[in-house]
Amino acid sequence: MMLDAGVVDGFLSASVRVATPLLLAALGEMLAERGGVINLGVEGAMLCGALAAALGAASGGAWTGLAASGVAGLALATIFALAAIGARADQIISGTATTLLAVGLTGAVYQAVFGSAGAGLSLPTLVPVPIPGLADVPVIGPSFFNQPVTTYLALVAVPLCWWFLFRTRTGLALRAVGESPEHARAAGVAARWLQFAATVTGGAFAGLAGGTLVLAQVGTFAERMTAGRGFIAIAIVVLGRWHPVGVLGAALLFGAATALQFVFQAMGLAVPYQLFLMLPYVLTLLLLAGLVGGVKAPAALGRAAE
Amino acid sequence: MTGAPILQLRDIHKRFGTVQALTGAGLIARAGEVHALLGENGAGKSTLMHVASGMVAPDAGEILIDGAPRRLRSPRDARAAGIGMVHQHFTSIPALTVAENIALFAGWAVRPRELAVRVTALAERLNLPLDPVARAGTLPVALLQRLEIVKALAADARVLLLDEPTGVLAPAEADELLARARAFAQSGGAVVLITHKLDEALRGADRVTVLRRGRVVLEQAVVGLGSRELTQAMLGDATLVDEPAPAAHASDDAPRRVHVAGLEVARESGLGMAVRQVSLGIRAGEIVAVAGIEGSGQRELLRAIAGVLPVFRGTREVTQPLAFVPEDRTTEGLIPELSVTENVVLGLGRPASWVKRGRLDWKAARQRTAEMLSEFEVRSAGPEAPAASLSGGNQQKLIIARALERAPAVIVAENPTRGLDVQATRAVHDRLRDAAGRGVAVLLYSSDLDEVMMLGQRIAVMARGTLSEAPAHASRAEIGALMLAGRAG
Amino acid sequence: MKRPRVVPLLLSLASLGAGLAVLAVFFSVLGYDPVLALGAMVRGAFGSWYAFASGTLVRAIPLMLIALGFTVGLRAGVLNIGGEGQFYAGAVAAAWIGLKLGAWPGFAATTAVLAVAVVAGACWVAVPAWLRLRFGVLEVISTLLLNFVAEALVSYMVQGPLQESQHIYPQSDQLPLAARMPVFPGTRLHLGILLALSCSMIAWYVFRRTMTGFELRAVGRGPRAARVTGGLRVQRLGAMALLVSGALAGLAGGTEVSGVSYALYPNLSPGYGFTAIAVALLARQSPMGIVLSAILFGALEAGAGAMQRDAGVPAVAVYVAEAVTIIAVLLADALSSRRRDMVTA
Repeated sequence: MMLDAGVVDGFLSASVRVATPLLLAALGEMLAERGGVINLGVEGAMLCGALAAALGAASGGAWTGLAASGVAGLALATIFALAAIGARADQIISGTATTLLAVGLTGAVYQAVFGSAGAGLSLPTLVPVPIPGLADVPVIGPSFFNQPVTTYLALVAVPLCWWFLFRTRTGLALRAVGESPEHARAAGVAARWLQFAATVTGGAFAGLAGGTLVLAQVGTFAERMTAGRGFIAIAIVVLGRWHPVGVLGAALLFGAATALQFVFQAMGLAVPYQLFLMLPYVLTLLLLAGLVGGVKAPAALGRAAE
Repeated sequence: MTGAPILQLRDIHKRFGTVQALTGAGLIARAGEVHALLGENGAGKSTLMHVASGMVAPDAGEILIDGAPRRLRSPRDARAAGIGMVHQHFTSIPALTVAENIALFAGWAVRPRELAVRVTALAERLNLPLDPVARAGTLPVALLQRLEIVKALAADARVLLLDEPTGVLAPAEADELLARARAFAQSGGAVVLITHKLDEALRGADRVTVLRRGRVVLEQAVVGLGSRELTQAMLGDATLVDEPAPAAHASDDAPRRVHVAGLEVARESGLGMAVRQVSLGIRAGEIVAVAGIEGSGQRELLRAIAGVLPVFRGTREVTQPLAFVPEDRTTEGLIPELSVTENVVLGLGRPASWVKRGRLDWKAARQRTAEMLSEFEVRSAGPEAPAASLSGGNQQKLIIARALERAPAVIVAENPTRGLDVQATRAVHDRLRDAAGRGVAVLLYSSDLDEVMMLGQRIAVMARGTLSEAPAHASRAEIGALMLAGRAG
Repeated sequence: MKRPRVVPLLLSLASLGAGLAVLAVFFSVLGYDPVLALGAMVRGAFGSWYAFASGTLVRAIPLMLIALGFTVGLRAGVLNIGGEGQFYAGAVAAAWIGLKLGAWPGFAATTAVLAVAVVAGACWVAVPAWLRLRFGVLEVISTLLLNFVAEALVSYMVQGPLQESQHIYPQSDQLPLAARMPVFPGTRLHLGILLALSCSMIAWYVFRRTMTGFELRAVGRGPRAARVTGGLRVQRLGAMALLVSGALAGLAGGTEVSGVSYALYPNLSPGYGFTAIAVALLARQSPMGIVLSAILFGALEAGAGAMQRDAGVPAVAVYVAEAVTIIAVLLADALSSRRRDMVTA
């Protein structure tokens, strides 16, 4: 069967659109994990970001909303970091609790502000901004270069994260902490401060991811609207092997897997799309098992630094 | 060509919990000089060097750099003062490249091309070539150590502290390292070579300081010194003379409890053999004590006989039940946060009298534990106290009591008195002798030659993975020579 | 074993109190009357026998089972945060077999349904257990990932092989009566409560009176000593604990389908798998504590619905109380363990 160009374009832009928040959240989580902190609170930080974006956009426009989303994510990640790094509580459980906290906070605040029915809220959104010249390139033009500004933000964050991790002293120190806090400290690195900074920065990324979801995709807020995307971001970090470029690829893969269901619906195919939804998780598991190439997590991931 | 003192440590005292590690120890490192710091395991060498490198704050004492007093609050302070330390356990991060490891340590910028040039230049200047882009985790041990030295010197160190640097090296590599240390000294630096190997001190150093039990017992130029004087200084005269001399051998017709032949055991890292073609028999009532330089395979030999490590090749026949007393009390011997009773239950397992068809009678376990505590004079707040609340000596007494509770045919013990005070040591020794007197076959190793000679009715020496038996009534020097067999020099 | 048990109990109560206090403050900030809201909550959860049995206890059942499973894992040092996925695996299997057993006698059919759910939960976690044994994959990540695979599986089932006969709604047909668990007269409380209580009792017995229970604890607290001194197979015991943990979560999925929903739905669980972690933490690994703490959290969730209905306060806010409780427990433990470190250092 021939696919017409419209379907391909639609599929590609949908992939990139779905991938954008995943990419942002995963880059943030990658920073934390490179420092040895696994933050299951990303889901919650995204959710807080999403609500803050809705509130901010309703009162001050889309850009205010975007800024608010970053701040909200950072705030939630700070709670996690205080427990997991400050008090050295178990990272997994602290992260789970933080996400639970965000579910409660956002749901209640949303209902309190917008009423329990949560009447269809219509928000100013971030519209696609075509990049002159590039947007007209066949196939990839419309999908990558005719997108809302948050997509560009996420795409620019990839080389920025790479530069930070592999070209700066602080990035090197962070990676060292993630491998061995003890040895990093012997080299004079303030291990826990770095972990803290990386974690809350990651939280701001996750907040922006939630903001993207609201401002560039859905156009409104709904309770629990992140629907596990924060956890997907954690899988993406693993699948992307803790490397910004790998994370970009993995985020696009997850985006494509989700977008495929739109294509199948458009084409009236009866292939169960859920199989495609499962695929990236299964791939991640295989990767973890070392069946798909070698992969090394930061050696001290999840272990509290003394 | 010896110059002015760069680093001086004076009258340093340090206590860790109940262990007095240093009692007025000191050291002077002069420009142009290689200074050997000698002593047995536990003599306080590493602690003294940790004081010099800012990792351990002394309880009392003075540190002088270029004649001026200085406080070293952190490794960073020490580096700023020109002191570079190469640890016995490497501190490089395996997942990072050579250049990144150096940059991390020295606080250099990370742009790869410039960094590679800078690292290559440094390595060439030091005459210690390294591939800047190789991952530290892929380097062989000798290069890994070279990386440690380059790291230590990257910040223009003038004093280089080398903690047991040759323990992991092949003889030729060790010679090379000593030559490099000499070259560094000749360029105006000071080297402190921490070691327990006599030949290294005699060959590689200009002066030597010997520590024993936290005190300096000898400090002089190497010229004119022989291994006999150094051995005597390191080991001292037997200090626990009030203990009974080893009893005579068990009778030759006593049943054999341990028999291994052609035994080969792999290193715990999986690379190569730690034990090669070892044969050993122990009869009921015998105490066999093994001496050896750390890392010669004695640990693996004992663990293989105890069934903790797998046998790679050879026969192993051991009469059960066997009790194993691991060296590391708080991670292998006990679970500190569990109670004394629970630790007893752990050690005795399912054959214990309080386990009936999988059901555990805590009351019976607690009662028996309380009896054991009083029989063995273990001071504790009772059977319900967490094991962590016991002192090191009482923890060890508990472990020995638990081992004997199994009514073992064989006891295998690693460094059974490491870190214990004189009384606790004496108590542990008495228990082991009593056990042998009641027909238990005892196999132990100790890093403390005194202990080996005091306890062993037969003494065996492990060197480079092979075991040789010392003749009856062998002298300290004879045993020392066997320990060095197969080693360079 | 006698231990000072008052202090942990007080800490748990204080943590719960902190959770409720933060919730009350949160309500005030949002402009709700906290007294009114919490009052409605308490009435909704405990106000009548019907409310208590049909609301609180019904919700406590899956929480109890999953929390017990989580605790079995935690005791052996493995963190199974895939309770949600194992719950769904159990639910899918229960619905699938239940729909086929209409002709069986009731007792046999329900037994079969629950047994299959147990097996399904264990199978679902067998993958992480195997990955951990064979490749050293962190069970935290693998169990988490499988939650999403399980949700996708449910979504597929209710739109595919198990979709109701009209092929309109994303749900399965209703289970035949034979496959449904009986309920206590006049309530919606089903027999699963007895199952959950028995499981708690068995866990209590195993933990405190058997060598296996002690061995799990030793493996969790001191894996090296457990291997060297206790001669235990640390990895294998960890994997076994993980399997039991999954089996219990699977059973929870089975009881939910066979006792409450009678059909498979995509959002069958309102996050039981995660709330159960809070339940387990609050109970500090004590099975009897889990019974109480599951009832408390069941009350919280049941009362939340009443709070929304009667006082117009968002039900979802109870998660704030749950989260603050968990964090308070973690902080209390972290601080007290640091104090212990200082004493023994």
